[in-house]
Amino acid sequence: MTRYLLRRVGLAIITLWILSLIVFLAGQVLPGDPGRAVLGPFASESAVRTYDHQLGVDRPLVVQYLGWIGGLLHGNMGTSYTYRSPVEPFVVAALGNSAKLALLALIIIIPLGIAGGVLAALYSGRAIDRLISLGGLAASTVPEFVSGIVLIIVFGIGLKVLPITAATPPGTPLPDQLEHLILPVIPLVLVLFGYIARMARAGTVEALDSDYARTATLKGLRRGTVVWRHVLRNSLLPTITVIATQTGYLIGGLVVVETLFNYQGIGRLILNAANGKDFPMLEAGVLVIGVVYMVATLIADVLYTTLNPRLRVAVNS
Amino acid sequence: MTADQLTAAPGGAAVAHAYAAPPAQWRLLLRKPTFLIGATILGFWVVCAVFGHLIAPFDPLAQQLLNKNAAPSGAHWFGTDPLGRDVLSRVIVGARDILTIAPLATLLGAVLGTALGLVMGYFGGVIDTVLGRLVEAVLALPVVIVAFLFIVAVGPSSLTLIIVIGFIFTPLIARTVRTAVLVEGQQDYLSSARLLGERPGYIMIAEILPNVLPVIVVEFTVRLGYAIFAVATLSFLGFGVQQPTPDWGGDIAANYGLLGAGYWWETLFPALAIASLVMALNLVTDSIEQVLSS
Amino acid sequence: MTGPQSPPGTEPGEPGPAGPAAGSTEGPTLRVEHLEITYKVRGQDRPVVRDVSFEVGRRESYGLVGESGSGKSTVALALVRYLARNGRVSGGSISINGLNPLAMSGAKLRDLRARTVSMVYQEPGRALNPSMKAGRQIAEVFQIAGLDRHASFERAEDMLRRVQISDPGRVMDRYPHELSGGMAQRVVIAMALAAEPALLILDEPTTALDATVEAEILDLVAGLRQEMSTSVLFISHNLAVVAKMCDRVGVLYAGELIEEGPADQVFSASRHPYTVGLLRCIPRRGQRKDTGRLDAIPGFLPQPGRVMAGCVFAERCSLVVDECRNEPPPPFAVGAEHTARCYRHEDAAELPRTTLADQSLSGQAAPLTEPIVTIRSLNKTFGSGDGAVLALRDVSLTIMRGETLGLVGESGSGKTTLARALLGLIAPDHGSVMDFDGVALAASLRGRPLEQLKALQIVFQNPDSALNRRRSVRWLISRPLHRLAGLTGSRLAERLNDLVRSVRMEQRHLSLRPGQLSGGLKQRVAIARAFGGGPRLVVCDEPTSALDVSVQAAILNLLADLQAKEQVTYLFISHDLGVVRYLSDRIAVLYLGRVMEIGPAEEVFAGPHHPYTEALLSAVPSLDGQRTERIKLTGEIPSAANPPSGCVFHTRCPRRLTTGVCETVEPPLDEVEPGHFISCHIPLDELRQLQLPGPAAQS
Repeated sequence: MTRYLLRRVGLAIITLWILSLIVFLAGQVLPGDPGRAVLGPFASESAVRTYDHQLGVDRPLVVQYLGWIGGLLHGNMGTSYTYRSPVEPFVVAALGNSAKLALLALIIIIPLGIAGGVLAALYSGRAIDRLISLGGLAASTVPEFVSGIVLIIVFGIGLKVLPITAATPPGTPLPDQLEHLILPVIPLVLVLFGYIARMARAGTVEALDSDYARTATLKGLRRGTVVWRHVLRNSLLPTITVIATQTGYLIGGLVVVETLFNYQGIGRLILNAANGKDFPMLEAGVLVIGVVYMVATLIADVLYTTLNPRLRVAVNS
Repeated sequence: MTADQLTAAPGGAAVAHAYAAPPAQWRLLLRKPTFLIGATILGFWVVCAVFGHLIAPFDPLAQQLLNKNAAPSGAHWFGTDPLGRDVLSRVIVGARDILTIAPLATLLGAVLGTALGLVMGYFGGVIDTVLGRLVEAVLALPVVIVAFLFIVAVGPSSLTLIIVIGFIFTPLIARTVRTAVLVEGQQDYLSSARLLGERPGYIMIAEILPNVLPVIVVEFTVRLGYAIFAVATLSFLGFGVQQPTPDWGGDIAANYGLLGAGYWWETLFPALAIASLVMALNLVTDSIEQVLSS
Repeated sequence: MTGPQSPPGTEPGEPGPAGPAAGSTEGPTLRVEHLEITYKVRGQDRPVVRDVSFEVGRRESYGLVGESGSGKSTVALALVRYLARNGRVSGGSISINGLNPLAMSGAKLRDLRARTVSMVYQEPGRALNPSMKAGRQIAEVFQIAGLDRHASFERAEDMLRRVQISDPGRVMDRYPHELSGGMAQRVVIAMALAAEPALLILDEPTTALDATVEAEILDLVAGLRQEMSTSVLFISHNLAVVAKMCDRVGVLYAGELIEEGPADQVFSASRHPYTVGLLRCIPRRGQRKDTGRLDAIPGFLPQPGRVMAGCVFAERCSLVVDECRNEPPPPFAVGAEHTARCYRHEDAAELPRTTLADQSLSGQAAPLTEPIVTIRSLNKTFGSGDGAVLALRDVSLTIMRGETLGLVGESGSGKTTLARALLGLIAPDHGSVMDFDGVALAASLRGRPLEQLKALQIVFQNPDSALNRRRSVRWLISRPLHRLAGLTGSRLAERLNDLVRSVRMEQRHLSLRPGQLSGGLKQRVAIARAFGGGPRLVVCDEPTSALDVSVQAAILNLLADLQAKEQVTYLFISHDLGVVRYLSDRIAVLYLGRVMEIGPAEEVFAGPHHPYTEALLSAVPSLDGQRTERIKLTGEIPSAANPPSGCVFHTRCPRRLTTGVCETVEPPLDEVEPGHFISCHIPLDELRQLQLPGPAAQS
């Protein structure tokens, strides 16, 4: 198990390294130079050059990359071009805000998605299955900002029952914070519901059709016991992996939802940094997202391996 | 016995497996109400995309500064926007860009992804491992973020959108195709072809490709839905089609700040247009998938 | 083989955990009357089982035999109410211990399944829950019966002991994927018998297992049946297995029970032309390709669910009269408890042969001595490091021009690996030598010239996999003509027609795709492809094991004819010793990647032979009614990743020497008689002595 874990972490680190290269290079191709972008069109040429030199962006690429990576390894994410101050506090605060939103979405969606998928599988081919499957599919392909707009118009403007911004002043009590997060979380939940329910349904349908489910039924077990003990145990394993990969989509969704609902999260941070040509901020933000995604898939993989006896043995031996 | 078997051989559990020739499958499709509804809506938007300028009651770019933010009325069914442009006309004409960019991007992704998937699945080994790593690195980022990283770098245009989304879909489609090829790889007909001295290129294109085509068709339709999702989202974030060209995502981005002032029609109608398009597409996709798998 | 029939109402076995099985213990255990089952396909009801009636008495073992699509498994699943969703019982009645499962639901049906009837399935590996330990899966049965956790685990371990698992504690703690096929089937049997059911249904219980393992499982079932006095419904496509296991049998064809009676009568004095024909399809001892062809049943099995006016067998029957086509025949009593649904039952035994019985085909009696393939020190390792599997080890053999070399062995023996290495589909380890016609064969296909590509071809086991399903028959057969024979245009068309005729297909088949052909026709297309380039050696890798018995005979005949006509050499791989014996001139026996024995077919069969060959031969149930003493093997087939030391067979060998030499020294492959090689430490004379009363020596 330890060997497997080390191998898996090793692979994740390699992937992160490739990612850092991509992010860094993408940042380098951004048009315009940062000094000009920050100081504006009316600053003098020499001022821009001095500023660029201060930032270190006139050094060779390799030196810049090594400097950046070295900094990262020492916990130094760099200095924001826009705010002229270290990037960390911005990233940490934004990450915290996003985490609140994302966790709330996951807490709602995981049980809901699994329950929906299993229900659809148990009644496969019937009306309730069609409703969940088609509804889930539709929900998962409507972009978050579209459902968000509709929600704002209906609940925020029409019925005036919920706040249309997610941002709350510091010191707001938790229940009020949650109230502000209700509308933003729904688009995220809608998109993820379809994915998770679909996967859970497919796994469950397959397990219900399996020879071992037949064995269990013909033993004389109750339907409930067959489903709970023999079917779900096997069918929900792959769903774990899906949930982890969906964290990626979730973060993508955060960019949109945070923009629409004016919420200071990591998504908006990256978007603003990209628009403002604030490379260090952008690079740090994207890399942080990469790490979060890697950790999520790592946890899912380990969970999947531990819960699946077939793999557990293969890994141990 | 033909493939029209009712029971598996020998002694397998009774499974009813119906074999239907392709023409019968199409007839089956035409009998599905979900398909018909989806196809009708989809057809409507395609007509708008092609003949939008002829159908639209007003010039979508014509500004009427005296008639800004007008609520829906007999003259302007969907109202007007902050520049006094007719929202209905912008919604109709706005179908064009999204319905050009998304299919072309998906096509690009499907072609590249199929080629990559065939190579990875057929050759395996080192090629597969190296490409697999790269694919995973790209997939480690949310699609939207990868896309805007590149668009910010290159600058927004329709072509950029097509290329970026096509490239992002390439590894995703490649992964699906690779899996399908690996399944085919266990079949003896490939060994049989190798024993005739066929070259790898021929085997991939003439022997394997026809067998994985259904998978690619389904993948294409599913990805098309996501392409529309991505194009709309990128436009909303300001990385898509640029104003003043009518565009659903872009128009929503330009006007959602006015929601607080009660000008809901400027964003609701483009939003509903996007929603109806993706839902229609999914009804069609779902029906095709069901017919192919039955 | 017919056991004394128990009178109804015999005392039931000792009460199971839940008390005696539910229902009445009077009358037969199972009574099926006029059972009709239909499947709804594309909105249409298709009958798949029609008017099937039979009884299984107390303590009786009843066999249901039939080819694919005959409806035998459908009947079994109907008994336990587990038909596919589109299937339903549309008529007739079922009574198990006097209870009617068709009228049951909910708790009553569960109770019936828990206590009265249980089932053993074809694929034991898939019948067990992959994420639950074996012990717990058996214990569940006792828990349903009301035992507490501790007691039920104890009883589960007892059950494992009863199915002769030597280390039950260890098996309890295993997940299904850690069990071999034979072991998993024992667990399934333990589970099925745990509730001491009145009726045990075995649905092809040994079809997925190797011959020696099959023999063990069959012995186990026979023993437990006696011990627990359970009635058995045994479903199989294998006539010999049913003959061995059952008191009475019913023969199903296209959903109808066409003949029924005591097993010995049905198999020795069949009165339905289908049964007669089916038995003639099976190669018997003494039948060889150079003394005659097998008798095949013409035509194909009807499509399942097709509605027929008269007798279901009429269109393939050579005794057919007008009556047969118009009115379905009723069951005629043709003997004591023996019925046949045939108007011509009196003439059935004299069913005309479809091929000449003893034609002298080639007259080539001269031994084939000129080598065409020479293999020396062939090794093949899969993987590397700790997980390396030595699939072939130091294999040396020659194949003579024009002969058929039979290759036999159980799963993991390396027979397919050997064939694929010869063909160039996998590269053998460095240092392996393969010569074809005096010219070295390159390890990989890419290194082989066109001449060698043409020379070596293969007929795969499963035509569904070997034929590209998206291509027409015309394309499939033309491609090798074009690639290997270099033909184009009218010359290609001409040769195509020849080839199609010589595999006995018709022009109209050319435009079809494989999916539209029957299994037998598909295999003919595959054979045509193999012969298209004018091969000199064709590997036949289990070419008939995916086919029904009635189709198998025609394919074997075709292969024999083509060999006589084209003077081609065969490397014939099969697990079916009867088939190998019919077709082969020489036979090689493989075990764990080593050649155990190689020699002329008759000598290998007659003995003295390697102890493994001996066990293999005795494991196969025979239809000839000879009771043979089975050489019992102990233990499981070892893994090729971790082969035993010394002689690889010593862990299972019943004749292992006490000197310890078998455990330490690998025996050489010695020529014990001219042309007959055996790899065993026991001297030939001693083997002869040991095997004298043995089974195969009698033939």
